[in-house]
Amino acid sequence: MSTLLDLTAAEAGERVRAGDLERGELWRFYRDRALADDLNAFTWVCEGDDPEAIDPSGPLGGVPIGVKDLFCTEGVPSQAGSRILEGYRPPYTATSVERLMRAGAPVLAKTNQDEFAMGSSTENSGYGPTLNPWDRTRVPGGSSGGSAAAVAAGLVPWAIGTDTGGSIRQPAALCGIVGLKPTYGAISRYGMIAFASSLDQAGPLTRDVTDAALLFQAMVGPDPCDSTSLGLPEPVRLPQATDLRGIRLGVAEELSGEGIEPGVLAAFQQTLGIARELGATVETMRLPHAPHGIAAYYLIAPAEASSNLARYDGVRYGPRADAVDLLTMYTKTREEGFGAEAKRRIMLGTYALSSGYYDAYYGRAQKVRTLIAQDFQKAWERFDFVVTPTSPGVAFELGSKTADPLAMYLNDYCTVPMPLAGIPAISIPNGLSEGLPVGFQIAGPAFSENRILDAAHALEKAIGFDGSAARA
Amino acid sequence: MLSRDQVLHVAKLARLELTEDEIERFGGELSKVLDHIEKIGELGDLSDVEPTSHVVAVENVLRDDEPRPSMPRERALESAPDVAQGGFRVPSPGAA
Amino acid sequence: MKLEPVIGLEIHVQLATRTKMFCGCELSFGEEPNTRTCPVCLGMPGSLPVTNAKAIHFGLMMGLALGSEIAPRSIFHRKNYFYPDLAKGYQISQYDIPLCSGGRLGDVRLHRIHLEEDAAKLVHLGESGRIHGSDASIVDYNRGGTPLAEIVTEPDLHSAEQAREWLNLLRVTLRQLGVSDVNMEEGSLRCDANVSVRPAGSATLGTKTELKNMNSFRFLERGINAEIERQTALIESGEPVVQETLHFDPVSGRLSPLRSKEEAHDYRYFPEPDLVPVAPTEEMLAAARDALPELPAARAERYERTLPTDTARLFAFDPEWGDYFEAAVAESSAEPRAVANWVTELRGRADSAATVEPAALARLVELVEARTVTAGNGRVVLDRMVAGGGDPAAIVAREDLGALGDDSGLADIVARVIDDNPDVVERIRGGNAKAMGALMGPIMRETKGKADGGEVNRLIREKLGV
Ligand SMILES: [Mg+2]
Ligand SMILES: [Zn+2]
Repeated sequence: MSTLLDLTAAEAGERVRAGDLERGELWRFYRDRALADDLNAFTWVCEGDDPEAIDPSGPLGGVPIGVKDLFCTEGVPSQAGSRILEGYRPPYTATSVERLMRAGAPVLAKTNQDEFAMGSSTENSGYGPTLNPWDRTRVPGGSSGGSAAAVAAGLVPWAIGTDTGGSIRQPAALCGIVGLKPTYGAISRYGMIAFASSLDQAGPLTRDVTDAALLFQAMVGPDPCDSTSLGLPEPVRLPQATDLRGIRLGVAEELSGEGIEPGVLAAFQQTLGIARELGATVETMRLPHAPHGIAAYYLIAPAEASSNLARYDGVRYGPRADAVDLLTMYTKTREEGFGAEAKRRIMLGTYALSSGYYDAYYGRAQKVRTLIAQDFQKAWERFDFVVTPTSPGVAFELGSKTADPLAMYLNDYCTVPMPLAGIPAISIPNGLSEGLPVGFQIAGPAFSENRILDAAHALEKAIGFDGSAARA
Repeated sequence: MLSRDQVLHVAKLARLELTEDEIERFGGELSKVLDHIEKIGELGDLSDVEPTSHVVAVENVLRDDEPRPSMPRERALESAPDVAQGGFRVPSPGAA
Repeated sequence: MKLEPVIGLEIHVQLATRTKMFCGCELSFGEEPNTRTCPVCLGMPGSLPVTNAKAIHFGLMMGLALGSEIAPRSIFHRKNYFYPDLAKGYQISQYDIPLCSGGRLGDVRLHRIHLEEDAAKLVHLGESGRIHGSDASIVDYNRGGTPLAEIVTEPDLHSAEQAREWLNLLRVTLRQLGVSDVNMEEGSLRCDANVSVRPAGSATLGTKTELKNMNSFRFLERGINAEIERQTALIESGEPVVQETLHFDPVSGRLSPLRSKEEAHDYRYFPEPDLVPVAPTEEMLAAARDALPELPAARAERYERTLPTDTARLFAFDPEWGDYFEAAVAESSAEPRAVANWVTELRGRADSAATVEPAALARLVELVEARTVTAGNGRVVLDRMVAGGGDPAAIVAREDLGALGDDSGLADIVARVIDDNPDVVERIRGGNAKAMGALMGPIMRETKGKADGGEVNRLIREKLGV
């Protein structure tokens, strides 16, 4: 059976479509692996047979998929990693998931995540932390840690997650897989349980760049149910490039020096060398406002979250605490239902929006957001892409940062500027440091996904990262 | 530094009932995070900078006034913790 | 010290769209609870709002009709507070950039008009059925998400009666626009009032209170009057007015402080990230302009071309009678001014324009203009028409109210009356033209009002050679 496990999703789908592989066999293979999961990567696994309604002749070839818990899936637990939605089965399915199913990918499992996508380690899940398949004493990153760990460990062929400040790219980096955060608006947010509405964006977590392109191709497109969805102005192409001739890479000084672990930096430099060999020019450049990204992000995201999470009040869905009066019903339900990080961010966001503080905090953060976007605008005059290490460090030990929220937040240092500017970025594995995977990030202008995927594809082939150790 | 009263005020606005431990802990943690966040103060006068509340440059995304089927009531109520008389039962506002 | 009340109104009207503000659920008119809901208006996790184009269209129509400035780019905000009638824990509303700013209706300036979504309905269970007597409530989200326009006036009103009259003018105007059912009893028109009292002539405003729950025109007037009295008594006894929200109890007619929804009011407004800005295009504005019926001011201008200003305004601001006037003119060969006089006569006699068909009134005007009936007997005919309907010519014939013709012997009657009143004739000949009136009375009596006043006048002058 090891050959099945070695196939990428695209290769498996190819075989199903060609009649060389029986779809039921593929389904059962991954279902049994998912059911045997000992990483706590899932919040739900389908125990039944391959759903017949899914047509494997579609571009996704009947290859089963793991879906982050926060994607509403009709009749299937969709709890956003939170106890406040324990047992919640939505009456509808998220547009992006519906598109995946229509393109031929049956939903095999819901993957674990930080509660409401708030976190960088998946330790904030109400359903227990997920372990990193490279080292089970370490975190898989987050918030899409369940998806990343499951793909890396070969428990699902591919998965989707969401990225608000790095929640696809960072866990992809820490688990040695590919993660794409598309341009804001490329994929519908309808049915994605919201964390920070102006930043949230769905995207693929996959073994390689081609798989990522396939999922992105299936999910992309405008949706009448999401006013902020635009789709992509051009069709998504499967990446073919094998060189980087004529590509100008900008190395952001602010995001690739101070605070980055030496092993991560070494891998980064090595990849820049490969890029040069492939024909790219590499030059350092400045994103002067990027260092303020964390501050702006940790005002904007919690502020929006404090409002998005107000609906969890024990009235229409989710558990309700015993209470005889209305105020206690609210406060007790929310006290019992939310974990510490959700509460912390609700508090932070409520404070940032409260009377007298709006201008100094939320209002100012929105202006910093403008400045960061302008930094990137300026960069595109000289560069095709900006590249950085995805995460300042490799996967850290479980529990090592939970006592220090700020230290945890600083993990997002290299990944928050892109969602603040609404631009796409991909993380690809580019080596190991201390035996743990490291990620290389490529960010481009809005709607440049095709070019990003091509560049990532060329690098991926040249790097030749081997992730099979995590699937063993 | 966030005072205990500020923490309690914000918790009340957010409808969170914090334990004594949490009041203490959140006060300290949030103060530390706010110290970092306040570094955006170093950017000086930003009065000329437009705030970004939407990164998508679109306007007038509107829906035709065409009805779409509503959910059957059982569907609407199926996840509710307390249902009575075809509705969501809650403690009355104003009841002690 | 003479005190002067200062009143501003805050009005919510439900827009007459087919579907809700941000989802495709149809608006509810008394359906079973929670049968008009979907993931969006129930605030289900992951659902997103999409703005109803018709609601924007109606908002633009209102702004254009009332002379507001339309924001080139307005945005929605979230107004955050917890209450069971609010599915998402926030209301999508507008904050610092409303769709419409300024404007005027009649004597009252408008501050702003913005769009938002309505809350759900809370049905209080328990014996008393009132808020404080019951321990549980049922939430019905059918109404939740209904499009609302919030109209805020400047504090330009100075009595409860004036407030009531102005609100009626607003109601008529909005109904004419077709943007709302504007029915206070059914809740599609809701009015809160900000009331303060100050020394007459003072330029500064006193401390205001906000009155809520006045759900009829009568209650609005009673509530404001009660509050003016209360504040006046406080000021006269040297006590301060406290800024608060008061709830009007229609049963007792009393005002009581409302327990606040959130002790510290801090709505934490911020731009709604799930919606994009509304920037009315030329097409959107043109569509709204084209949909406007003729509005009172324009109508008055048009009527003034043929009617005296007062009459023109009367019809323009009372579209029921304006429409009636136009229908009667269309049916009649008489001059508009003559028709207007008779419409005014009818308006003085009837509660509704529907009492007499415009065509019937037009025929009456023609009879009078043709001198078939005198003006005086025309009024008698109109009385009959209001009381029992019927064709004016038939009434004239039945009751013998027709004017005297040339061969009617009117000249003989005039001659006889002149002969009977030599002293009056003396005064007329002495240059007192007014004395002629003393001859008119007996002549009209003799002719049972059927004589034409002008003709009588002419005959008298002819006979007396004056
Ligand atoms: Mg309002
Ligand atoms: Zn709805």
